[in-house]
Amino acid sequence: MPTTESLPEIFLNACLINNFVLSMFLGICPFLGVSGKFETATRMGMAVMFVMLVSSVCASGINWLLIRVGAEYLRLICYIAVIASAVQLVEMFLKKFSPALFRALGIFLPLITTNCAILGVALFQTQKGYDLIQCIVYALGAGAGFTLALTIMAGLRESLELADVPDVVKGTALTLMVAGILSLAFMGFQGLSG
Amino acid sequence: MPQTKAEPYPDAFIKGLWRENPVFVMLLGMCPVLAVSNTVLNALSMGLAATFVLVMSCALVSLLRRFIPKQVRIATFIIIIATFVTMVDFAIQAISLDVYNALGAFIALIVVNCIILGRAEAYASKNDPVRAVIDAAGMGLGFTLALLCLGSVRELLGFGTFLGFNVFGPHFEGWSVLILPPGGFFTLGCWLLLISWMNKRKARLAESEAA
Repeated sequence: MPTTESLPEIFLNACLINNFVLSMFLGICPFLGVSGKFETATRMGMAVMFVMLVSSVCASGINWLLIRVGAEYLRLICYIAVIASAVQLVEMFLKKFSPALFRALGIFLPLITTNCAILGVALFQTQKGYDLIQCIVYALGAGAGFTLALTIMAGLRESLELADVPDVVKGTALTLMVAGILSLAFMGFQGLSG
Repeated sequence: MPQTKAEPYPDAFIKGLWRENPVFVMLLGMCPVLAVSNTVLNALSMGLAATFVLVMSCALVSLLRRFIPKQVRIATFIIIIATFVTMVDFAIQAISLDVYNALGAFIALIVVNCIILGRAEAYASKNDPVRAVIDAAGMGLGFTLALLCLGSVRELLGFGTFLGFNVFGPHFEGWSVLILPPGGFFTLGCWLLLISWMNKRKARLAESEAA
């Protein structure tokens, strides 16, 4: 079914109101894993945004094809294959045309395959019945939201390094508590959805 | 993690439940844990669905471990997992539409649950099918246990119910924050805090005994 949402609405929805990390819990692993340093967090965010865009466009095409031949039950397997190859493609492309960026992203690039936010974008855009333009905007919004959450978290954690916290709380427990408070703050954006 | 050939069966099963619990100790597969643990029923269905996929795909990976070429093993594992997830997706849709709607896209997202790919790669592809299945069952139940830990806290304090039955009487005001997304982060944070406190305490006791 076609949606009536305007493009800015889709973008805001994916980026702030239903932030992929903080209110839909997608991509928690990289969120907890690489949010230690501001620099790496920004790079990871950019890489994810880029792969999201590529795989979202591919998934949109694949979905059209699958519906044409009546094989919707293969959707999940196809999407995963598409994402894995998109990551591979991006990797080869970067290696050829921008070795500096390729080196900067390093190990993060292959890890993106198992980032559930990417598959999430592909699945949700199918569920909501977006067309190609809407898919692109949705993927950009989701990527921007992911980058935003990751960088905010990285900034907070860099300052927390210097803070004097009890021994027991150190590590993941503290990160989760901070994430909870951030998520609470992001719930304020719910008011934006009319 | 080095696996010796002679690991006894009970050990392969029990380690997944507590000592190497995928969620609380190894911090894997956090996304579904946080997202679908707002009620006990959701947590239980998610846990069982993931356990089924884990056991079936580990069994198949272990049976085929001699035929899968090393270079394409990850892609092969993912295709195997995706096949079982598609089956579970349709099965849940047929059994209970309510549960299906509550879990939403998270059933399909079992594919990218790192616990499953992790066990397939680290254990099932190196061990015989019986051990692989026992290990997978232990890990799956450990995952379910963690989901239940979160789900029961969030449902009890958030709605005042357990599996839909009213526990605290009609005048209980639910802590609605626990049902909302932030509640997931807070509850998991508290569980990790408790576990880290217990570990620290155990270490301290052992130290004072040794001295």
